[in-house]
Amino acid sequence: MVEAIALAHGWEMQHDVNVVVIGQDVGANGGVFRATAGLQERFGVDRVQDTPLAEATIAGMSVGMATHGLKPVAEIQFMGFLYPALDQIVNHMSRMRNRTRGRLSCPVVIRMPHGGGIHAPEHHSESTETMLCHIPGIRVVCPSSPARAYGLLLAAIRDPDPVMFLEPVRLYRAMRQEVNDDGRALPLDVCFILREGSDVTIVTWGAMTIETLRAATLLGERGISAEVIDLATLSPIDIETILASVAKTGRLVIVHEAARNVGVGAEIAALVAERGLYDLQAPIQRVAGFDTIMPLFKLEHDYIPGVQRIIDAVELTCAD
Amino acid sequence: MKLVAEFKIHHRQVLGPGGDLVAALPEFARDSGEILRMYRAMTQVRVFDAKAVNLQRTGQLGTYPSCLGHEAAHIGIGAAMRAEDVLAPVYREFGTQLWRGVTMTEILTYWGGDECGNDFAVPRDDFAWCVPIATQTLHAAGAAMAFKVRKEPRCALAYIGDGGTSEGTFYEALNLAGARALPVVFVIVNNGWAISVPVAAQTAAQTLAQKAVAAGIPGVQVDGNDVFAVRDVVGEALERARRGGGPALIEALTYRLSDHTTADDASRYRCAQEVKDAWKVEPLLRIRSFLVNAGVWDDAKEQALLEECAVKVDAAVSEYLARPKPVTDAMFDHLFASLPAHLHEQRRLARKYASKPSGH
Repeated sequence: MVEAIALAHGWEMQHDVNVVVIGQDVGANGGVFRATAGLQERFGVDRVQDTPLAEATIAGMSVGMATHGLKPVAEIQFMGFLYPALDQIVNHMSRMRNRTRGRLSCPVVIRMPHGGGIHAPEHHSESTETMLCHIPGIRVVCPSSPARAYGLLLAAIRDPDPVMFLEPVRLYRAMRQEVNDDGRALPLDVCFILREGSDVTIVTWGAMTIETLRAATLLGERGISAEVIDLATLSPIDIETILASVAKTGRLVIVHEAARNVGVGAEIAALVAERGLYDLQAPIQRVAGFDTIMPLFKLEHDYIPGVQRIIDAVELTCAD
Repeated sequence: MKLVAEFKIHHRQVLGPGGDLVAALPEFARDSGEILRMYRAMTQVRVFDAKAVNLQRTGQLGTYPSCLGHEAAHIGIGAAMRAEDVLAPVYREFGTQLWRGVTMTEILTYWGGDECGNDFAVPRDDFAWCVPIATQTLHAAGAAMAFKVRKEPRCALAYIGDGGTSEGTFYEALNLAGARALPVVFVIVNNGWAISVPVAAQTAAQTLAQKAVAAGIPGVQVDGNDVFAVRDVVGEALERARRGGGPALIEALTYRLSDHTTADDASRYRCAQEVKDAWKVEPLLRIRSFLVNAGVWDDAKEQALLEECAVKVDAAVSEYLARPKPVTDAMFDHLFASLPAHLHEQRRLARKYASKPSGH
């Protein structure tokens, strides 16, 4: 998937001279995950800039660049290091269009590795998307495959508003797939149905699509037909697709790696409760990370929900 | 226009790269026993560090940030601090930590993916490894504020890297410390590289020590490969701070002889000649030369020391590898002083789905 991300950068930089890449180690090093590999050689140091080691600088400078003709695609090295940038994101990036009644805007993409599962040190395995989803005025996107990473990143760069682009680290190298480097974007603000089914709807995103699809296969062998939906854009939520699926299946399970408390799953559950309650034949189930600090890697696979937890939750909703 | 302020930055060095004296020996270095103690500690760190990298390469440790080349800075600082002072490390300061009583097993336990490694038996008051850049500088300032308010004759010492000086937090810490005359010393370990970004790309300032000027506190540069100079300068700053003389900023010039971490490949962005040159001025070489010149060290003693260090490292590694995988309760048991009710259910759930105990 990391190559797909580099390809999307390359395509868009080739076709839009205003696209610039900034971040820590994105230049000669090509990004710590190699997501910007080769870009500085190809497009030069003005368009691919290593910033000083300061996340507030990256976000604040993006605001200034974006309001004045550039389209920054910024990399924050890990989601756990995003927080110094939040002041700029919450107080300026997300508000600039609204504040100036459309006079100034922030076409910025902030990319960041998301989630755990790769044996990384402290602060390198966070999935705190819910904090970002709570901020009005920005989009939050999380791809679940190389092709979707390519298409959604292009869409994010072309979008006239700020997009937080969360890249599941477990998928960077684990998932290989041919990607057509044809510059074709995928739509933002819509879900993708990864697997059709009739008995239960499972909504998930990012790396958890792996466990969810595996669970769906195993459930299929037990006679339970699961529809798997990749949320893809976490904010705003494409609730129509989810409601239509729930109207068909009558059951909903939401799976995410992030902590359960006030997670994106809670928002989905609330929206379905508000608008689709009478379609439900069983209570909604959430399968999520625990409301604890993401543990160091010895326990990370005890934190990230596994296939069995998903299966058990689905079977609970399917029990008469 | 009239001149209203100006500044000078001094550079301190005692030992030249060949172990020759370029300035008078500080008081502590007149005792060869004390010098040997520092040299032994520096060697121990280096032997440990090489083993830790090796453990990572063989899948027995997580990502590890080597401290190769930082031994003089680490041990000079360790030796300058008092036991009751408080250390706020970054993530690479194994030398200072070992000097202060943190064990090799604890270091391996943390970098092996278990928080238990942070529960130092000694020193109980030191901060844990700090991965988010520069944040620890404010913790040190806060600890110093506590010492000041509680009238305790203690100091805090915060490490930071050259890259970290680009973070706003660093300036906030210097500013606060200066404005309140806090007993805190900040040490920038300037090893030339913040992962792939060289110092010249971080700042246009000629030195990082001069970052002290705007905060109104003393700033000094020291040869960070010279354990005598580091201990001398840091000791002086700590004692001034302890007497109520306020904070200081020290820039220790050294070189990151290793990759940033075991997850990095510095050959992608750094030329081999630069690393080769840095090996010529590395910290162990010069103190060893000094000791040999002084007639208190020879090859036989060196060999015996290396063997002794390796035995200690091997014992620590065995102890580390024998540690069982933490139980899932460990995620919950230290989250709050007492676990809120809703987490009891999640703790049970975690037990139910616990993966099988695995090795490393």
